[in-house]
Amino acid sequence: MLQLIPLQPFITRNTMSFADKYEAVIGLEVHAQLATASKLFCGDSTAFGAAPNTHVSAITLGHPGTLPMTNKKAVEYAIKMGLACHCEIERYNYFARKNYFYPDLPKGYQVSQHTTPICKGGYVMIKTETGNRDIQLNRIHLEEDAGKSIHDIEEDYTCVDYNRAGTPLIEIVTEPDLHTADEAYQYVTEVRRLVRWLGICDGNMEEGSLRCDANVSVRLKGETKLGTKVEVKNLNSIRNVKRAIEYEITRMINLLEKGERIIQQTRSFDASTDTTFAIRDKEEANDYRYFPEPDLSPFHLSESFIQNIQEAQPALPYELQEKYKVAGLSEYDAAQLCTEKEISDYYNKVIKHTTHYKAAANWINGPLRQHVNDAKITFDQLQLSPLQLVALIQMVEDGKVNFSVASQRILPVLIGNEELTPLEVATEMNLLQTSNSSEIENWIDEVIKNMPDKVTEYKRGKKGLIGLFVGEVKKRSKGKADPKAVTDLLQQKLNA
Amino acid sequence: MFSFTSIKDYHADLLHGRTTCVAAVQYFLAQIATKKHLNAFLEVYAEEALARAAQLDDSLTESGSLQGPLHGVVIGLKDVICYKDHAVTAASKILEGFTSIYNATAVERLLAAGAVIIGRQNCDEFAMGSSNENSAYGNVLNDADNDRVPGGSSGGSAVAVQAGLCMVSLGSDTGGSVRQPADFCGIVGMKPTYGRISRYGLIAYASSFDQIGIFARSVPDLAIVLEIIAGKDAYDSTASATPVESYSHLLHQVATPKRIAYFRQALEHAALDPEIAAAFRSFIKTLTDNGYEVEPIDFEYLDYVVPAYYVLTTAEASSNLSRYDGVKYGYRSNGNDVSLTQMYNKTRTEGFGKEVQRRILLGTFVLSAGYFDAYFTKAQKVRYLLVEKTKEIFSQFDAIISPTVPSPAFKFGEISDPIEMFLADIYTVFANLTGIPAISLPLFIHSNNIPFGMQVMTFQENDLCLLSLSEQMMQLASKK
Repeated sequence: MLQLIPLQPFITRNTMSFADKYEAVIGLEVHAQLATASKLFCGDSTAFGAAPNTHVSAITLGHPGTLPMTNKKAVEYAIKMGLACHCEIERYNYFARKNYFYPDLPKGYQVSQHTTPICKGGYVMIKTETGNRDIQLNRIHLEEDAGKSIHDIEEDYTCVDYNRAGTPLIEIVTEPDLHTADEAYQYVTEVRRLVRWLGICDGNMEEGSLRCDANVSVRLKGETKLGTKVEVKNLNSIRNVKRAIEYEITRMINLLEKGERIIQQTRSFDASTDTTFAIRDKEEANDYRYFPEPDLSPFHLSESFIQNIQEAQPALPYELQEKYKVAGLSEYDAAQLCTEKEISDYYNKVIKHTTHYKAAANWINGPLRQHVNDAKITFDQLQLSPLQLVALIQMVEDGKVNFSVASQRILPVLIGNEELTPLEVATEMNLLQTSNSSEIENWIDEVIKNMPDKVTEYKRGKKGLIGLFVGEVKKRSKGKADPKAVTDLLQQKLNA
Repeated sequence: MFSFTSIKDYHADLLHGRTTCVAAVQYFLAQIATKKHLNAFLEVYAEEALARAAQLDDSLTESGSLQGPLHGVVIGLKDVICYKDHAVTAASKILEGFTSIYNATAVERLLAAGAVIIGRQNCDEFAMGSSNENSAYGNVLNDADNDRVPGGSSGGSAVAVQAGLCMVSLGSDTGGSVRQPADFCGIVGMKPTYGRISRYGLIAYASSFDQIGIFARSVPDLAIVLEIIAGKDAYDSTASATPVESYSHLLHQVATPKRIAYFRQALEHAALDPEIAAAFRSFIKTLTDNGYEVEPIDFEYLDYVVPAYYVLTTAEASSNLSRYDGVKYGYRSNGNDVSLTQMYNKTRTEGFGKEVQRRILLGTFVLSAGYFDAYFTKAQKVRYLLVEKTKEIFSQFDAIISPTVPSPAFKFGEISDPIEMFLADIYTVFANLTGIPAISLPLFIHSNNIPFGMQVMTFQENDLCLLSLSEQMMQLASKK
């Protein structure tokens, strides 16, 4: 029986009730600004945050007579990403011109790779609720960025900053192979991790080093033809990618349910309302008049050039995760160690000197990560040598100190003092655990003396109080008392 | 009284104290003033040139040696070549008031070799034209007959050498813009192999065709300048990395090539002036009489070269000239209450001349969706065929000769149909389509007392062979 569904609730909540009826098809274009020191076609700096129009030579500004020269490092970075994504690397490359007029485009065309992307095909593996999935890529290509138009500084003028013009970008384009906002979230997260892992992009979405456009369409399940597509721009965080796609899917399904037509258009995401709004219809689309860039010679990539890049490629996060799991770490611990390359690098150095893999992971994912986050640094800046950590782990394993003393008392002293050993610190601070029974006995006697009521309760059968007494003894010993010895002695005395 | 015959003689005179760089510069400045009506120069750097000449004279006095191979050589630049801190406009209103903030690589090398830059020279706007009638700054007159055009687009540069206003000029040649005015003005004009001279600092017309060219009174003078400015460049990826030969020294030393071809269809072409055809045939006889083997070959593509050339060059030009948009530099239409699109439209409509607009529109059209394959792709196929044809011809011959232009210098306003004007390039565009070096040699005088020349082309990177053969031919012609 047909049921009437009130409009508002279904827009906001009941989309899932259409999950069986509709399928979303999503393709993502991620632009990653390459972390090269200079621009794609000239020596100007790419540093972010400089005063406007200070990284602008005659070449960046497109002055008459200037010509581009390709930055080899940018080519190398693009190949790094291609290899990490299992792409086929194009050996014969040339650039094309994409022609359009806009004030922040100095030459009146953007130099890009149109017909021959440097990386073809490939995939990026993401985690989903139902397991791992390979998101198929269409291509990764190189192109130059435009400058920045700023409309809100001057009332009557638009200001243009050309510092960004000519910065190298790779555009990573998926096939229409994603189906949920969550997959898109996972995909962009993984791409961000990869570019950072490879050191080719800082992944900063707020500063625009990583930008994402989403092409979204919906169709009835079982339909093979793609629905009318909408491109959503201005997604400046991974969270916004997800929200914008969620909104778009709901909006489109709503339109279809009402029997309305979806218009092919470009929309922008408004993060303050979590909605999208149309900025232009596709009918107004430009004819970009692509043709091969005649100012740049085509370039051939030699096998040895690619080989050298392949050999210098770091172990990738999913490879390390597998390795760690084989060494006995949990899925979670392994994943945590691979969120950033600096963390796994540190872990790898530590486990060169110890087989306490699990303990090392706990230290790194626990107190060390806490310290690094608090200090707003990264693991490569951590002033604790892997050997210091190894020694600390060993002391805990040997029962010389317990974990909380090690992490709360000894670690803070070690950080920043790479010449100290944990043993020196523990000895100096008198923190080494003791099983000397006369010393422990003194502490126990004090505790029993100070807590007569609790002792009476214990003796009447409230045996659970033993924990309280042990804790009190530990407190008095400042962590030095070996908990095992304390418990044994306490029981002897109380049961006497 | 200073007089100029060749760079070699000038340098000998300098070394023997018979003249000075200052005397040379003063002489040319006086000539420029006398011949002001020719409108060859858009700007003359009188004080600067004199100061530099004085400094060169001082250095020669002190050291007793020349500061470089172009010590005191007085050179003019076509107004499409960037010279730091000097205006450059491409003879267009759209670059009115624009000053270059850097040196073209060629200029950098000229200065390092001791040259004196005397001024910038008039030309067709953005190097588009065959008569120098398209300059925003007026026509350039042919010094041999002031009613006639000097050719184009490097008209000012050709006339400056023709009328003795400087020793050498740099021009640019996209489809014949050096060779055709050299032909019309009776001087030597060479377009080297594509990429032989860096294009960095040459205002682009059509990137894959453009090449800086040289005007001189003699082949040896031209050779000295070429060997200085040629060579690879870290600012131009299309510049050739092949080492530069010492053209001026090897000019008379290499064995002169003997196997020469000419296109049968070129001599049978309806547009060819009968007197030029006759002079050409008679020179073939001179060549064969002097031991050259000259053979006609078939060139079935002749009717396709001009259309292919105009499709491809205008396509590139439409994109290359997009940067002149009124936003960053140069001319901007005034009128405040207009939209961005209106600003673009007005600026470009007011800033570009008719011929430039025609070529931008044509180029935009051939690149448009729906027409790209029919025009651009097809023209590229023609270009590819021509390159293959060139390889085939030069596997059997050392050089190809042809008239440089089918007609001698015509009168101002005589050709108003742009298509007819395009046909003036029929013999010259082949070298630009295929990238081979080509030169126009001033061998003949027409019955109307106007000079005309002959074109010689050799294979890619055989610039030395071209120069040496040219020198031989000049000697032969002078002996006649």
